[in-house]
Amino acid sequence: MKYLHIVATMDPEQLNHIFKALADPTRRRIIDRLRERPGQSLFELCAGSVAEGMPVLSRQAVTQHLDILERAGLVRVEWAGRTKLHALELEPLRTAAAQWLGQYLEEGRDG
Amino acid sequence: MKIYVTSVMVDDQAKALDFYRDKLGFQVKHDIDLGGGARWLTLTSPENPGGTELLLEPSGHPAAKPFKEALVADGIPYTSFAVDDIQAEVARLKGLGVQFTVEPMDAGAVWMAVFDDTCGNLIQIVQMKG
Repeated sequence: MKYLHIVATMDPEQLNHIFKALADPTRRRIIDRLRERPGQSLFELCAGSVAEGMPVLSRQAVTQHLDILERAGLVRVEWAGRTKLHALELEPLRTAAAQWLGQYLEEGRDG
Repeated sequence: MKIYVTSVMVDDQAKALDFYRDKLGFQVKHDIDLGGGARWLTLTSPENPGGTELLLEPSGHPAAKPFKEALVADGIPYTSFAVDDIQAEVARLKGLGVQFTVEPMDAGAVWMAVFDDTCGNLIQIVQMKG
């Protein structure tokens, strides 16, 4: 039960948003790309997807996925001049993992 | 039918001429006064003087500004030019003070980079692979 002291007070709705956001392979792909290179525009995310040897991501699809990731708090927007860039926000992910996944990951481990 | 001209909508034609001629290196082909401060201003590449002309078109229409701003917000280039050596071209343009929003990256069939034309647009340059 040692993890309990780090459990933050994330409301159930955000917890839902986060796990829903992670439940889609394209959104996990976007998360992976943003981890490799933070601060990408919509255009850059789509253009980069062409070279990945996987299905190319359309702007419409990426826009929708980014909205869902943003709502979950996993992506934050930064402006470089007049261009909107996207970067990962890992803290909510850690909090969600600690709050819900953590209890099961720890269970039975400490005997 | 042939494609003889393509256009980029610029906030200011005089400023655009400075950029597209003096930084990118294109040459003026036509510069005709259309009245009301507007010019029919076209340029060609010195590598292909008889090729397609680039029209620096005034973006005075009320719909042009929100359209251009929306493209820039999403990082989407207005048009694209081809270069033989993208690394060399990026280094040359940076030396002239050109601001890049995308450093050279792999985009499948091409290497590409994106810069700000200072006239309200992002412009892509590509180097074909192979």
